[in-house]
Amino acid sequence: MATEAIGWLGVPLGILAGTLRGSAPFLFVSLGECLTEKSGKINLGLEGTLLMGAMSAYAISYLGVSQWNMSPAISPWIGVLVAGLAGMGMGLIHAWLSQQPRVNDIAVGIAMIIFGSGLAFFLGKPFIQPQAPQLPSFELGKLLSSSPIVQSALQISPLFILGVLLAPAMNWFFKSTRPGLFIRAVGDSPDAALAMGVSVKKVRMLCIIAGSFLAGIGGAYLSLVYPGSWTERISSGQGLMAVALVIFARWNPIQCLWASLFFGGAQAIGPALQAVGIDKGYYLFNAAPYVLTLLIMILTCSPKKTLSGAPGALGSING
Amino acid sequence: MMMLKTTTWRKTAEAIAIPIGALLVALMLFGIFCAFCGKNPLAVYGLIYSSAFGNWRVFQGTLLRAAPLMLTALCTALPARLGLMIIGNEGALVVGGVAAVITGLVLSYGSVTPSAEQLQQVLAIPPILVQLGMALGSIVAGGLWIAAVGALRHYRAVNETISSLLMNYIAIALMNHLVGGPIKDPGETIKASSFVLPDINRLANLPTTRIHYGLLYGIIVCVIAYFLIQHTTFGFAARTAGGNIKAARIAGLPVGKLTVMICFLAGSCAGLAGMVEVAAVHGRVNESLVAGYGYTGILVAFVARYNPIACTIVSILLGGILASSGALQRNLTMPDATALVFQGLVFLVILYSDSLYGRLQIFKDPGPKAAVPPAASTTIPA
Repeated sequence: MATEAIGWLGVPLGILAGTLRGSAPFLFVSLGECLTEKSGKINLGLEGTLLMGAMSAYAISYLGVSQWNMSPAISPWIGVLVAGLAGMGMGLIHAWLSQQPRVNDIAVGIAMIIFGSGLAFFLGKPFIQPQAPQLPSFELGKLLSSSPIVQSALQISPLFILGVLLAPAMNWFFKSTRPGLFIRAVGDSPDAALAMGVSVKKVRMLCIIAGSFLAGIGGAYLSLVYPGSWTERISSGQGLMAVALVIFARWNPIQCLWASLFFGGAQAIGPALQAVGIDKGYYLFNAAPYVLTLLIMILTCSPKKTLSGAPGALGSING
Repeated sequence: MMMLKTTTWRKTAEAIAIPIGALLVALMLFGIFCAFCGKNPLAVYGLIYSSAFGNWRVFQGTLLRAAPLMLTALCTALPARLGLMIIGNEGALVVGGVAAVITGLVLSYGSVTPSAEQLQQVLAIPPILVQLGMALGSIVAGGLWIAAVGALRHYRAVNETISSLLMNYIAIALMNHLVGGPIKDPGETIKASSFVLPDINRLANLPTTRIHYGLLYGIIVCVIAYFLIQHTTFGFAARTAGGNIKAARIAGLPVGKLTVMICFLAGSCAGLAGMVEVAAVHGRVNESLVAGYGYTGILVAFVARYNPIACTIVSILLGGILASSGALQRNLTMPDATALVFQGLVFLVILYSDSLYGRLQIFKDPGPKAAVPPAASTTIPA
């Protein structure tokens, strides 16, 4: 085993590498959810959107090369785009349905998880076997070390960098632009937004669709970068954890970034320990992100007051 | 008096017609989806019917799948009456199944990991007591699992939907951990599993059928749940708190206690489903226990509009869809996810149909009172 060569150092290195590789889906989904929730709606269905994104990106990347004579350098990028579009399609359903009278957006989210995963598994069945071209990565490790372990650990995807840049951009968008102000107004006080002449329905529709676009991109990362294949277990609740993560990040895009990195790291604990030969409690370590999410929710929520930063109309039916 | 009667009649007609209409619309959308995939929708419908409800032999398979669904559906349906949306059904089922196998093995062999000699000799405890012990173990384990969600909701305001869904993943990880180590059967090499329960202590089939007693469990528990919610003070208190939590607090109802108790009952139902699956179908605990009954149970609860009696009927309908999934794979080469797509469509259409209540002209009371919007009555003269 190559990891034996660096021994116990492999654990922190593995966790660092896991953070760099594994946090991007959390980041995209949580930013998407942050945008959605800022407008006052919850989209629990991003888990299904993530799966749809992963499946469509992988399928397009594979079909692009094998059927449509695309270059393997281009087809995965088309896949990313299509994943975003697939996400928008899912978002459209959610946005329309969750704004009907007396329809609860959480219930719609549950339905969209079932529908999205069903559709992704159905359409993705033929793509479980074949190997699709992957997105390229920046080889950061090559500059720092000659050790192949370090090199393979420190690969950074351009999508991840895009996500990292998106967080401050979204923060600026909310704080300093007119559309950002409209979204916050719609989320905090729909009546005030209406008085400003903003269409609450339209703003929410756009926010949900844009948020789902981001979640679709997150899915593309799963299947085209890391873990880098299409299987039915690829997301395993990451979309859902990202929703909880937004609460932890207090609806602040910058904090979504820190929280995503934290979760990416937590997810890597189990595999990193296994790599140095500790596989006792492997499944328990793999449950770490879920336990962590739960703990964070227990610590940050309070029955006494609403959370600081929470959009005022969040969770109220047709608020 | 006469007017009141027509109103309730119309309400009942509406409550029956809208879900059925929604199911038909979902079926139609599913047909369109099949047509897009190059399958003849009529052939698909025909195959679903013939492989789920066509004759007594296949209908037994449908009922087998309906049994755990009735129980897991209650895990969503009961808390929904309190205004909570809990979707930890799958987790509670898994925890219940693990607890059932542990109690079952201890009561059968005296140990969770019996030695070769212990395996030779099943303890002389009557099977009915062993089964009772297993049921009790699963009820307590599943109940506590969801009661924790309820307690977190009440005392820490943790969103119960997200926490219960996270608990599903934790439950499955816990089960994988246990069957991979502490309760592993070293003789089983293909799939990490617990030891197998002795045949004598497993749930038997109803006479002359291949349906196990779990179906009776499901129906009985649904009927009990119905009476509990509709015809007891406890149920009345829960429904009051679900309707208006502030009013319930002012009336002095112990909202926290109600929340935890209802959640315990909900979890115990799903836990019992785990026991049924383990004691009647699998005989042991392994990955096969995670078969999606929990998620389908959520859908059953929604379609049944949280009514426990309606849950039994809807379970049979959806059990049929699950039962026909194998035939769709074999005869029409449709992937196993077809059932999931159909369930998703049903779910979405049912949710949309919720917005139709009171909007359809046919079900509107022609009397003048119906024209007054309820909002107007909230203005109280000073």
